[in-house]
Amino acid sequence: MLVHSKSGRWAAWGLFGLLFLPLFALPLLVVVAASFSTHWSGAFPSGPTTENYAAAVRGESLQALTTSLVTAVAASLLALAVGTWAALAAATLKKRGKRLMDALFMLPVAVPSVVVGLAVLVAFSRPPVLLNGTGSIVVLAHTVLVTAFAHQSVSAAIVRLDPAYEQAAASLGARPAYVLWRVELPLLLPSLTAAAGLCFALSMGELSATMMLYPPDWMPLPVRIFTATDRGSLFTGSAVAVVLMAATLLVLLAVSRVRTRASYR
Amino acid sequence: MPRGVWALPPVVVLALVFLYPLALVVQQSFSPESGGGAFDAYASVFASQSFREALGTTVWLAVGATVGCLVLGFALALVIAFVPFPGARAVAKFIDVFLSFPSFLITLALLFVYGTVGMANGLVTDLTGAAEGPFHFLTTPWGVLLAEITYFTPFVMRPLLAAFSQLDTAQLEVAAGLGARPARIVRQVILPEALPALAAGGSLVLVMCLNEFGIVLFTGAKDVTTLPMLIYGKAILESDYSAACGVAVVNIAISVGLFGLYRVVGKRAGA
Repeated sequence: MLVHSKSGRWAAWGLFGLLFLPLFALPLLVVVAASFSTHWSGAFPSGPTTENYAAAVRGESLQALTTSLVTAVAASLLALAVGTWAALAAATLKKRGKRLMDALFMLPVAVPSVVVGLAVLVAFSRPPVLLNGTGSIVVLAHTVLVTAFAHQSVSAAIVRLDPAYEQAAASLGARPAYVLWRVELPLLLPSLTAAAGLCFALSMGELSATMMLYPPDWMPLPVRIFTATDRGSLFTGSAVAVVLMAATLLVLLAVSRVRTRASYR
Repeated sequence: MPRGVWALPPVVVLALVFLYPLALVVQQSFSPESGGGAFDAYASVFASQSFREALGTTVWLAVGATVGCLVLGFALALVIAFVPFPGARAVAKFIDVFLSFPSFLITLALLFVYGTVGMANGLVTDLTGAAEGPFHFLTTPWGVLLAEITYFTPFVMRPLLAAFSQLDTAQLEVAAGLGARPARIVRQVILPEALPALAAGGSLVLVMCLNEFGIVLFTGAKDVTTLPMLIYGKAILESDYSAACGVAVVNIAISVGLFGLYRVVGKRAGA
């Protein structure tokens, strides 16, 4: 306890509330409030309605939601496969190789996402691989962006893994593939699902790279929110944003349940 | 079979989908489609007013937002860790959730709070009867700064809270018992312990602010152009890919350099 006097403690809490509530709680509340209204011309929104949600779950917005979900699931699974493979392979390397792999796979985080978008657009708008104008270019860019996070959390988990388990399995005659499949991966499962959740959330909210390369028939939710608010339909945009937040939270919640079940093993 | 073989497939995949595209960007920045010398694109980029303005705006916004996040994050983390209140853990959880939302939601929310017909202006016009409210800063760099500080402060708070949880509270009790006042305890006991976490969080936020795109795009201000906005404008709106690639190379250089610094600082901080 840093502050011992009662009045001092209340002063600290008061300051905390004054800073925290308007800065962090208010923005989320405001978006939710706006999504249920038609006007906002005074201190509070007016014209309560659910029409915005009706618009948010049909037509273009519904298509954007499915596009986002498909993109995020595909990108997360791909990123998880590549990132886990890289982390497992790096763990068997010597120190220098390990550091090189680490630097290589962290590089996409250091490069601005807009530049990742530009690079993927430039590279796949020309032969030999033409992806420009298809949905797969968006999935590809998202995969590049989130692989780093998958790799990072899986390699952090591998470091914490007790080598005794795989040594015991190997000494009992298990082949490396069997050790990987029956010992290492099950032990890594909690961090794998956590990494999947992180990748999914990042991909759902990705805007920078997507703006550079999305084709008209593959428009993810964040772009849809931008086009809606850019046209001035702020309230529809808010409803779509709430849908985006809810979808992300639901998946994160589901993933955290998988994690608790796996940790009982 | 050497063990390194298993590392090859993911590296090849990464090279094909990331390193090769990146190399093409660098190559294109040196060979403009319109012909001309290798450094023509750079010469025109550096000479252009828009680039120099964008670079200046990007740097001051990023530095300002980082300083703001550090001060605010430190103050908030101090209260959560050392003046705990019922619900402090829920607040820490809320911060984790906050991090999983995209940044542009903050700008969208600020439109309703400080926009021309938003909450704050509505309150003032209701109270004073004036025709329009006093807040018009959203489409200026200050709006971007406020949004960036709001969005990125949790990124400073998380490593700080982790560092504070390892701090031995007996040190604080001893300092207090010896008669040190809270301000002095913060300055001489807590701050030195928190410095590595502050450095790591601060440099991460600096890199992320330099590369922030969603917040600036949603602000919709014509006079706030950062480097990522400039790349987007050149490539998508003007279809001038050589210029976009030139700006991109500058942006990569700044960002990768700072990120390397963050990794070094972060390793030292153990974060």
